[in-house]
Amino acid sequence: MLGPIIETFIGGLLTGILYSLVALGFVLIFKASGVFNFAQGAMVLFAALSLARLSEVMPLYIALPLTIAIMVALAYAIEFLVLRPLINQEGIILFMATLGVANFLDGFGQTVWGSDIYKIDLGMPKNPIFIFESVFPGGLLIDPSELIAAVICAVLVVVLAIFFQVTRVGRALRAVADDHQAAQSVGIPLNQIWLMVWAVAGIVALVAGMMWGAKLGVQFSLALVALKALPVLILGGFTSIPGAIIGGLIIGAGEKLAEVILGPVLIRAFDLAGGGIENWFAYVLALMFLLVRPQGLFGEKIIERV
Amino acid sequence: MFYREAGQFKTTYNADQAIFPISQDRWFVTAVVLFAFLGVPLLAGQYLFTEVLIPVLILAIAAIGLNILTGYCGQLSLGTGGFMAVGAYAAYNLALRLPELNIIVVFLLAGVMAMLVGLLFGLPSLRIKGFYLAVATLASQFFLEWAFARVKWFTNYAPSGSVAVGKIEFFGFPIETPMQKYLFVLTLVVVFALVAKNLVRSRIGRMWMATRDMDIAAEIIGIRPLTAKLSAFAISSFYIGVAGALWGFLRLGAWEPLAFDINRSFQVLFMIIIGGLGSILGSFLGAAFIVLTPIFLNQLPSWLGIPLSTAAISHIEFMVFGALIVFFLIIEPHGLARLWAIGKEKLRLWPFPY
Amino acid sequence: MSRKIQVFAVALVLGGAAFTAPALAQNEQFIPNLVYRTGAYAPNGIPFANGVADYYNLVNERDGGINGVKIVFEECDTGYATDRGVECYERLKGKGPTGAAYVIPLSTGITYALTEKAPVDKIPIISMGYGRADSRDGSVYQWNFPMVGTYWTAADIILQHIAKKEGGFDKLKGKKVALVYHDSPYGKEPITLLQKRASMHSFELMLLPVTHPGVEQKATWLQIRQNRPDYVLLWGWGVMNSTAIKEAVAVAYPREKMYGVWWSGAEPDVRPAEDGAKGYNAATLQHSAGQFKLHEDLKKFVYDKGKGVAKWDETGEVLYIRGVINAMLGVEGIRTAQEKYGKKPMTGEQVRWGLENLNLTAARIKQLGFEGVLQPIKLSCSDHEGARTGRIQTWDGKNWKITSDWYTGDDSVIGPLVKETAAKYAAEKKITPVTCPAS
Repeated sequence: MLGPIIETFIGGLLTGILYSLVALGFVLIFKASGVFNFAQGAMVLFAALSLARLSEVMPLYIALPLTIAIMVALAYAIEFLVLRPLINQEGIILFMATLGVANFLDGFGQTVWGSDIYKIDLGMPKNPIFIFESVFPGGLLIDPSELIAAVICAVLVVVLAIFFQVTRVGRALRAVADDHQAAQSVGIPLNQIWLMVWAVAGIVALVAGMMWGAKLGVQFSLALVALKALPVLILGGFTSIPGAIIGGLIIGAGEKLAEVILGPVLIRAFDLAGGGIENWFAYVLALMFLLVRPQGLFGEKIIERV
Repeated sequence: MFYREAGQFKTTYNADQAIFPISQDRWFVTAVVLFAFLGVPLLAGQYLFTEVLIPVLILAIAAIGLNILTGYCGQLSLGTGGFMAVGAYAAYNLALRLPELNIIVVFLLAGVMAMLVGLLFGLPSLRIKGFYLAVATLASQFFLEWAFARVKWFTNYAPSGSVAVGKIEFFGFPIETPMQKYLFVLTLVVVFALVAKNLVRSRIGRMWMATRDMDIAAEIIGIRPLTAKLSAFAISSFYIGVAGALWGFLRLGAWEPLAFDINRSFQVLFMIIIGGLGSILGSFLGAAFIVLTPIFLNQLPSWLGIPLSTAAISHIEFMVFGALIVFFLIIEPHGLARLWAIGKEKLRLWPFPY
Repeated sequence: MSRKIQVFAVALVLGGAAFTAPALAQNEQFIPNLVYRTGAYAPNGIPFANGVADYYNLVNERDGGINGVKIVFEECDTGYATDRGVECYERLKGKGPTGAAYVIPLSTGITYALTEKAPVDKIPIISMGYGRADSRDGSVYQWNFPMVGTYWTAADIILQHIAKKEGGFDKLKGKKVALVYHDSPYGKEPITLLQKRASMHSFELMLLPVTHPGVEQKATWLQIRQNRPDYVLLWGWGVMNSTAIKEAVAVAYPREKMYGVWWSGAEPDVRPAEDGAKGYNAATLQHSAGQFKLHEDLKKFVYDKGKGVAKWDETGEVLYIRGVINAMLGVEGIRTAQEKYGKKPMTGEQVRWGLENLNLTAARIKQLGFEGVLQPIKLSCSDHEGARTGRIQTWDGKNWKITSDWYTGDDSVIGPLVKETAAKYAAEKKITPVTCPAS
């Protein structure tokens, strides 16, 4: 019995990393501009679609920079056309605007690139590998493509961390995140910083889209993985990059374990028509955390004054 | 010139407290309601009833419900679809298991059911707020959707998990034709809107608004957040539950949990934001906008005689819809209701500039 | 400020101009076509819609319509969403001189919703190979035509095939069969029959629902890996199918032991999985993939004139052919109705009669150019399914290959279930079943 549990745990962790990647995009934007960017899922889809269709007509090493350029252009368009006119509006209005952007991108992506299933071929191995076959009957199954995704994700996080800690732009960005007005008053150009953040979020979306796309094929449904990232966000906190990573791992492992272990128990106990509890388990798990720590696992403590 | 309150004096406190203090407003609203009851049934065709008017009215009830919670009490919720599902399935089970119940009682009890569930899922709001709460309400959305798909009793052990309602009667009158359904829904909408309007003007409404504007300050001046927030959740869920029951019974006729999925939640949220947060009128305008725009965009090319493929039409619909949302937010972030108010201000002077 | 009001006013005027529709000429038969060329299920919706459109064009181009009555059809994109589907249906049902001849919902969820509306509007629903399995009972569901095969037929055919491989139904005892299904009425439909068969032959049935749209199946397949069912039945649609096959590869579940329903057995389902899909099986809705006799006409009258909707290479694909067959059945229903009511546009009610009395003999099928693709179909008042046959096909990495003989759904098992479920529905909805003449 231990074998399957460990296996599920590992599988969950690896899936969780992919959740973290999507959540990371949310966090970057929320941290810097206070926008709850619901278009992140649409951006993942759009980036993956662009890459998939471009790589059909050109080699990957040209398609990839081109896609990055597209994502930067997209960030610029969003900053210029949507965010700038809506400056100083309430959070919920900005949230709504990103929902509009998400709608637009869904339609635009399908118009330009089509709505079939497309392939991104990163040459990742597809067949599973088995380890510890002597310890557990049947061994422990590991999906190598997810392992590679995990490594790439880890690299990405390190790069981002360095970018934010060491570079000038990174420091400016943290200043903006702390206090818009103060940052502006010391001469940090807010618009440029936002553009920067959206571009970085676009690139993170591209990486997430590549990983998911290589695994599942690039199709409209990819936009819906954004919903999977939301419990990660509340668990990890909207403003914490390590929170997004750790939150993703906890959610990924938690929901898979719940589905595999708790699911059959619930089905038997309540005579349910099938399991599928992972759909809400992540949210309930996150909710439990929230009740203890309302600002999320790594969120900043909110101090309120009247 | 035509829209002037000059000469209208308020001589009593009651007059000062009227819903529509200006007589032009009063006449206008009365005329609209009368037209909706008497004129529309004569003019509208079946498509207009089933695909435009009924959905708009039912979703307007849901939007009012969500507006109470989000617009008036400031608690962002993405669980609307789930609460609508509670209403729909509660009504289905009540109608199925207690067939002697009057349909209006069924709908109200369905609302009460949704209210109880809403109270339960409103509890976290005492601890968390803002977008954290929004995502937390998603827990209710996904859990409820799942529960109605899995627990067989809710669907009367239907093998496919899809439920269908039988014929509906209201005190012996059948509610079958689109026009009958429309009139039934319209009556409910008028009553519900009136109740909501009065609620938000009353003590409880001011409690909600104080909590929305600054919950700590509200607490300090003696408003209990528990009562304020939970009452908002309860009443909001009641409205949404009734809307869900109506949606299932009068709009769909047969449905599965997918009819109340997360997209429904977003749809209703769109409505109140586009329509105007904290405005009953805005709920109607928003519902009309969100229901009509996609239908309109979808059919526009064929009216204009532009030959476009089906796929292109759908994609353009998506794009234009998204762009329109952003556009409306930019020109007026406070929604269509605010545009309406600005228009009225203009009308006071028009056509003379001073 | 005044600009805002202008904008608002323009929006209102545009909205007001919204509800007018162009008129159609008189000698035309209008057929609505609910499709999805966009959204999560587009990869599967597009070829089907293309097949339907091309066949109508073919009938118009080659024969000048059905006995001189031109077919006019209009597509409406549902995105596989039930409420959009209902909106499309309401929008299109009254068009043309006689209204919609019939409606093809192409979604079990939409079929469920329209089942409530069809008797009122008097428009028959052709749900070929999907929809409610018990709706083949025409005495209760007068307006539903789940032609050529229902999900219970599909499940029965697959189980028969498995039993045959194992050496008889009694050998299934103690075996484990998992059903991985799309969590919607579509996916749940076969469960009733599978449970019945499970209790008859005492094999264990595992139910594993997958949430729409089906890109998240990790936990499902981890469960399969742990429980090691002897067979996996796949009841998926759209991207869920290819994901399922990929996840099967990822947990090393043998594809040879996977059997899909006929909606999980098309090219878009297996191609994304590349080599991993080799050995995967699926039931066929009678027909196989590949071009056949009719394609000569399609080439000559539609594609050479540049009127084809699809690419020519795609016209041999499973879902395209299924669209063609579906359109053909509808057209033949209209033709049958015309024999009784005269060669003019038919109303939905007349088409219903035509569909119910549809009799496609082997000779007629050959004449239509569908030889080798379809078995004879004969509908009656009590049987709206018409044929209960199917085969199993296997993906060899490049093509679908038929790998079994014909199976026929066992009516001694399915029949009573249909009766029972239909009777329950009739009681719930207070419908009095019509009495069918004994056939």
